[in-house]
Amino acid sequence: MSDDRMTDEPVTGPSRRGFLRSSALAGAGLVAGATTAKAAGPDPLITEVQDWASAFGDPVDAAPYGMPIRFEGHVTRRNVEWLTESPVSSINFTPIHALEGTITPQGCAFERHHSGAIELSKQDYRLMINGLVEKPLVFSFEDLLRFPRHVTVAFCECAANGGMEWGGAQLEGCQYTQGMIHNMEYTGIPLRYLLEEAGVKPEGKWVYAEGADASSNGRSIPLEKAMDDVLVAFFANGEALRKEHGYPVRLVVPGWEGNMWIKWLRRLGIYDQAVESREETSKYTDMMPDGRARKWTWVMDAKSVITSPSPQVPIRHGQGPLVITGLAWSGNGRITRVDVSLDGGRNWQEARISGDAKAKALTRFHLDINWDGQEMFLQSRAIDDTGYVQPTKAALRDIRGLNNVYHNNGIQTWWIKADGEVENVEIA
Amino acid sequence: MSRSRNLLLGSALTFSVLAGPAVAEKLGLGREALPEEIEAWDVAVLPDGTGLPEGSGDVATGEEVFAEKCAACHGEFAEGLDSWPVLAGGEGSLTDPRPVKTVGSYWPYLSTVFDYVHRSMPFGAAQTVTADETYAITAFLLYSNGLVEDDFVLSKDNFTEIKMPNAEGFYPDDRPETEYVKFRTEPCMADCVPGTPEITKRAVDLNVTPEDPDGRPAGSLPDLRVPAAVQPVAAEAEAVEAPAEPATEPTAAEAPVAEPAAADPALVAAGEKVFKKCAACHKLGEGAKNGTGPVLNGIVGHAAGAVDGFKYSKPLADMAAGGLVWDDAALQAFLENPKGFMKGTKMSFAGLKKPEDRAAVIAYLSTFGK
Repeated sequence: MSDDRMTDEPVTGPSRRGFLRSSALAGAGLVAGATTAKAAGPDPLITEVQDWASAFGDPVDAAPYGMPIRFEGHVTRRNVEWLTESPVSSINFTPIHALEGTITPQGCAFERHHSGAIELSKQDYRLMINGLVEKPLVFSFEDLLRFPRHVTVAFCECAANGGMEWGGAQLEGCQYTQGMIHNMEYTGIPLRYLLEEAGVKPEGKWVYAEGADASSNGRSIPLEKAMDDVLVAFFANGEALRKEHGYPVRLVVPGWEGNMWIKWLRRLGIYDQAVESREETSKYTDMMPDGRARKWTWVMDAKSVITSPSPQVPIRHGQGPLVITGLAWSGNGRITRVDVSLDGGRNWQEARISGDAKAKALTRFHLDINWDGQEMFLQSRAIDDTGYVQPTKAALRDIRGLNNVYHNNGIQTWWIKADGEVENVEIA
Repeated sequence: MSRSRNLLLGSALTFSVLAGPAVAEKLGLGREALPEEIEAWDVAVLPDGTGLPEGSGDVATGEEVFAEKCAACHGEFAEGLDSWPVLAGGEGSLTDPRPVKTVGSYWPYLSTVFDYVHRSMPFGAAQTVTADETYAITAFLLYSNGLVEDDFVLSKDNFTEIKMPNAEGFYPDDRPETEYVKFRTEPCMADCVPGTPEITKRAVDLNVTPEDPDGRPAGSLPDLRVPAAVQPVAAEAEAVEAPAEPATEPTAAEAPVAEPAAADPALVAAGEKVFKKCAACHKLGEGAKNGTGPVLNGIVGHAAGAVDGFKYSKPLADMAAGGLVWDDAALQAFLENPKGFMKGTKMSFAGLKKPEDRAAVIAYLSTFGK
């Protein structure tokens, strides 16, 4: 890496500052110009003709629908089996430590089922709207294809993402600590259009959305949100939804907890009150220190995590140029800034936001530093366009006590050791 | 509706969307829902009793139905087996370090119990309890939480008279007032915390993270300085077979059929893992009891429909009477496609599509004798 390259790029203002500051932190600083390692001898990968440079590779159609090359076989969703009693009512985790950019491929985007992922064809699909409407309606999938469509990028985060970390550092890797999240580009119908088609009566204040699977998972959504940015989606990342994400139709509720993003959507009931279903009373309510609980805690507050380095992505290349990268998001709006600390929150520097920061969508950040090979305590904190600054876990516990499992958006600490290994820790 | 009118409406709508304000023109899509259809699908029961069906049930009946359909997971007394939800007890525990959140101690509305049991339970056989049975189960849960006497009868008429102990225990999200005001402040950038960081908790101390064979956290990125061919990563084996699947799906005839009698330890171990899909309904081993499905001790090689005390579906009873034996071939066929093999079976399980999963689970089952 050369200084020239850093100054050539218009977007590297903050990162150049970060680079210089971390060099200062490194003490010795960096040697001017590139320091290229010397080869012990000619590299046979270059000097010898390799098989792939001589023989044929795969023909077209070797994989009519392709999977990632086998060298990426470690990049998969993963489950923590002891968390749940049954894999059909369970959750797994997106390998966010291994991904870049902001869009999550469907094939490795986390799954949460309450009675398993069902197979429901477009031909067998029906969507009902009933309750406090002028005219109760049934739509076929073909009917849905005739409504005007919108495209929205949105993150979907389980309210329990990070929940296992509420009591202290528990799982080793950001896939497990913050991986109940994915971010896709959805195409679908604004829910508003469907509600207007049925005609919501003035006394209708809540939309209860429920799924077609055996769990019949259902959540009450206030009408204002339903008429705002909720999407009845059937495409994700340019193709049909996957079975595990609700094929053929799911609800997209930007910024709000994943449990409300009803999969295999079959019914929208309009009521004058919340249904107070199991998933909005006994679950997804947040215990407070006085023994009472917050309910209707729908919004996912601003949060960030450094995805690399992290426990599953140790630093193996030794000291020198190091790319620190991570994700930030807010259910209340757009990420405007992400700060990174190398010393456990003593000092902070602004990271570079890469690409467009969209409201209620994952935002990628990078910080390029010159690592001195010394221990670091990496942290990141997100700031959104409401001015909300991601809090520490301690600040959240001060308000919510120790039994508040959901909505843990506290700052994550990675302990980078001198050998480049990374651990999930809490620090004082 | 004529095509031209459709087009006009379509463009009007597009225009309004671009212009901003909501449009209320209807496209005339969909059809009116019939009353029978609404009755079939709208089973929601609300706190004020909206949606309650006709019917009633008493505590004693509820205890019987609960023992048959619910106790396999929730325990005879709703105390919860293993990590399945505890439904009774926990009064006064909500400020404890480990609060016990049950129907009695936590749930604010009785309607939620009825709604959930009626639409979502039993696990693996949803929508099989009648309205009367649901009233009875709900009555039993009130009884097991000490909220009614043993002669109590719950019905549509007295349902809303029941007030749950924790009805006042919830309040709407107040984060904007209690948290946002604190967190919407300009953050400190330098010398924010005195001293050097001191580690107070380490995840490695708990050692509960899934691991790769090399002991690293599962899913760790490979070391790029080690040649790809010798990466000691188990996932690579998965990766080799995964891409092949869509292209060359093995047919049933070609599928490797394992020898269940051989009880290959690796196969048995794989089968134990696969069996987790079954374990919600089927119990194994000493002291196992019938649940949603029968106990499976000694099932391999045995006559079908012969487990004591289990109420089989008619199709299974009929096939058992016809001499069905759960040999390898029959189990393979049943497990691959339960409903295809036995139309009308009450085993609501999609099946094990992979031959290796079926072979593994049969090998695992064969290790459990009568």
